[in-house]
Formats: sequence, C-alpha cells, structure tokens
Amino acid sequence: MRGTPARRALIRLVQAVTVPLALAIIWEVLARRRWVSPQALPPPSQIFSRWWEGLRPAEAFDPAKGGYLRWLVSGEMVGDMLASLTRVLVGFAIGTGLAIPLGLLLGTSRIAYRLGHPLLEILRPIPPIAYVPLAIVWFGLGNPPAFFLISLGAFFPVLVSTIAGVRNVDSIYLRAARNLGARGATLFLRVILPAAAPQILTGTRVGMGVAFIVVIVAEMIAVNSGLGYRILEAREFFWSDKIIAGMFTIGLLGLGLDTAMELINGRLLRWHRSLEAN
Amino acid sequence: MEAAAIEVQGVHQTFASAAGDVVALEAIDLSIAPGEFVCLLGPSGCGKSTLLNAIAGFARPTAGSITVGGKRVTGPGPERGMVFQEYALFPWMTVRANVAFGLEIQGRPAAECRERVDDLLEKLGLREFAGRYPKDLSGGMRQRVAIARLLALDSPVLLMDEPFGALDALTRRSLQDELLRIWAAFRKTIVFVTHAIEESIYLADRVVVLTYRPGTIKAIVPVALPRPRDPSSVEFNELGRRLTRLVMAEQDRFQRAEGP
Repeated sequence: MRGTPARRALIRLVQAVTVPLALAIIWEVLARRRWVSPQALPPPSQIFSRWWEGLRPAEAFDPAKGGYLRWLVSGEMVGDMLASLTRVLVGFAIGTGLAIPLGLLLGTSRIAYRLGHPLLEILRPIPPIAYVPLAIVWFGLGNPPAFFLISLGAFFPVLVSTIAGVRNVDSIYLRAARNLGARGATLFLRVILPAAAPQILTGTRVGMGVAFIVVIVAEMIAVNSGLGYRILEAREFFWSDKIIAGMFTIGLLGLGLDTAMELINGRLLRWHRSLEAN
Repeated sequence: MEAAAIEVQGVHQTFASAAGDVVALEAIDLSIAPGEFVCLLGPSGCGKSTLLNAIAGFARPTAGSITVGGKRVTGPGPERGMVFQEYALFPWMTVRANVAFGLEIQGRPAAECRERVDDLLEKLGLREFAGRYPKDLSGGMRQRVAIARLLALDSPVLLMDEPFGALDALTRRSLQDELLRIWAAFRKTIVFVTHAIEESIYLADRVVVLTYRPGTIKAIVPVALPRPRDPSSVEFNELGRRLTRLVMAEQDRFQRAEGP
C-alpha cells in the first residue's frame, strides 16, 4: 500500500514543487551574493514583490471612485492582463469565426477545396509575425492591427484542422447515416459536423495558443497597454524584475487560457473515446 | 408463389485496381423470399460483402439488376437496413438518440418517436443504457443498439455484414439467439454475411457459398433443421462437414492467390 489518497496527493505536490523551489533558492543565493548581475537576474524575492505590487490596487479603497470589484482590479498588471485577455479573445473569436465556416466549406465541397487549397498552402507557412509591417500599413497603430494579427494567428490552425476534420470523417458513419435515410443538411449537421468536432476543437486549442503568442508581439508593437506592452516598457527603464514578473503573468494567463480550452473541449466531447483515460 | 423480397439478377461487379480490373462478382442470380434468413458464406475476397453492399445500394453493380420489395435498388435507403461489423453507431449520440435518429429524419412526431424508441429499448434490454454513449457499452450492447436503430425504422430487410465477427464466442451466441428471436418476432428478411460455417448453419434457412475471385455462387445449401438448432447434433455436423469442404476449396484458392 502507498498510503491514503490525501497522503499520495501531498507527495505528488511535494514532488511537483521540488525542482522549481530548488532552482529559485539557488537563484536567490546567486543573486544576493552578486555572483550574477542584479541587472541581468534580480533575485526571485524582488521579482515576486514587484509582481505583487503590480497585482494589488495602487491606492486605498475609496467608495467615491467606484465599486469594490473595480478597485480590486485596479492594479496595473491586472489591467494589462484584462487588456491582453480581451484582445486575445476578440482576435480568436474573429479568426475562428471565419476559419470554421470556411473550413467546413473547403472540407465538404471538392470544387471549393481544389480552388481554395493551393492558395491556403501558399499563405499558411507565412508566420503571423511577418504580417506586422503590412498590418501597420493597413490599419495604423492601436487595436485594429492587433486584432488583425491575432485573428490571423488563430485562423490558419483552425482552418487547417477543420478541413482535415471534415475530410477525415470515417466513411462508416456516412454509410450508416445514408442507410438510415440522412442526406443534405441533416447529414452535414448531425453526422459530419459532430464527427469532425474532435479535430476542429483540437485546432481551436492550437489556434488559441498561436493567438496568445501573437497578442504579446502585437502589444509590443502596436498598442500602449497589455502585458506585452508592459514588459517592453519596463525594458526602457532596465527594470528586469518587472520584465520577469510580467513574463510570469504571461505564463499564468497562457496556462489559464489553455486549461479553459481543454475544459470546454472536454465538455463538448464527453462522448469521445480518447477522453476515457482522463 | 409470393414475390421475392430480394431479386438479384445477373449481377457483375468489377473494380479497377493497380494490377488491372478485378472481377469481384460474376453472374450472380439469387432470389430471396420474404421472411427468409440467408447467409452468404465464403473466404475473404469472395465478394460476399460486395454483394451485400450492392443490395444495400452503396455500390452500383457494373451489370445486372437488384430489386428489393419490387423496387430497383439505386442507392442506400432505410428499407434495407444495414448492420456493420464495426457497429457504426454515432458516438456523439446517446443510445436513445442513435435509435431515434432514423425516425427523426423521417420527421415523425416527437411523441411517436419517443414511444417507439422506448418500446424497442425495452424489447432489446437496453432501457437502462438509454442515456449512455456508445463508448460506455460492450460490443454486444453496441450491436444491439445498431439493430434497434433499424427496427425503429421498420426496415423489412436487414443486411448484416459480419455483425458478430468482433465479439467473443459467448456474446456471439447470445446475440445469434437474440437475432433469431427478433427475426421471428418482427418477420424480417435477413441477408447475413459471415465466414463462420457454424454460424451460418445455426442461423440460416439457406446458406449461399460463394467462390473466391471471381465471386460466383458455388452452392446453395438449405438448412432444414428445426430451431433452436443444436450445434452438437449429427445433422448439424454433417452439414458442417459438407460446407467446410465447399468453403475450404475456395480458401485454398484464396491462399494460393494471395499467400497464407
């Protein structure tokens, strides 16, 4: 026997934090003894306090200035987080909203595929970052080029997986459905679409990941808010602690987005076989 | 005499392949009476599934004609329900939704659907599983759902493509018994593809033995034994030996052609 479930969970937790904690301690010691430049690598304790500073509200709670919740999210970094989150969600919604219908069309119609696929294969390898100059020429600065770049980042992974999902629908489902009398819209909506859903949703998760990369880049270039903007701004003042604190927040936000996508997908695909193991 | 339920006349089926045309079926004539249970028996490559697919309307024969219920087959349709070896249940639908799907397509009123589906789930012992997804069912249960799905549509003809091939021996026997019960209760015409000799004798009124490429009808063996049939009886085993000789000759040809 290996102990109670609670005990095993505790052991797992200890195992999970051991390596990060050990590295943080070594890092702290190195930085405090000035074996590394504090400019390059400030000690974790300093980064953490900088992080906390950004997270908490800058001023004391004052009911005259608005509600409690509003005060609670008035910290600089919280504002940046919300700005980045909003941007990534809007961009993702635009990109996915265009990619899924187009992918369904290209996946279903042979003629649409033959017409559209070559162009897609030419455009797809261009990294979204390469669109930065064009985005600025087209949209100037501010949110519009950011939305354009982020939606572009989400667009291609979702498009490609939607096309593949539809084209790879197991023919046995199509045969069974036709045998039961399904055709046209019914066949598409009740058989092809759900059969392709696992692959489409995998694509949306990848798309969200790319959109999140692009939002940080876009904020470094085109806008004056958000986590990407903030860490680039901190560089101007050589605030390494603030840069690293911002990176940490970016990591947490990315993890949060990916986990949310996984939960949504798992919920939508609760019938799916490969989720059994979870 | 009553009109045939299924009439296969002069059916040829040729497939193009890299090595040239393959003749899968050649000059097949077969007449199946309403309510008859016919097994198509033969080794791999004898065209038994090809013939079944042609009756189902999934593949158009190169020559010849197939009529079911007096109507020429031109495509798949619910009056010729198909049961696949791979079950082919829709994994995103619950058991209930799978069984109801065909009725919903036909635009039947919801109340009628529900009543009919409930009745079938009850009759096939699936009631407690109505809300489950196929992934949570055993192979035997899945195949029951696949059969219920066709019974809901009241298909007069059931086409079964090695439906119990993936099941263990005990589950297979119980489903065979269940199928015979359904066949008798719902008065279906059944065409059942198998390569298991014992299964064909246990189930069929007539066993149609097909030859290895090109697929032709080698023999039609009536099984006149009363049901329930006893696989250990002398008559059963005599038929078994006879069918084994017929099938193994084709199996030898298959192995010479494609390697063991």
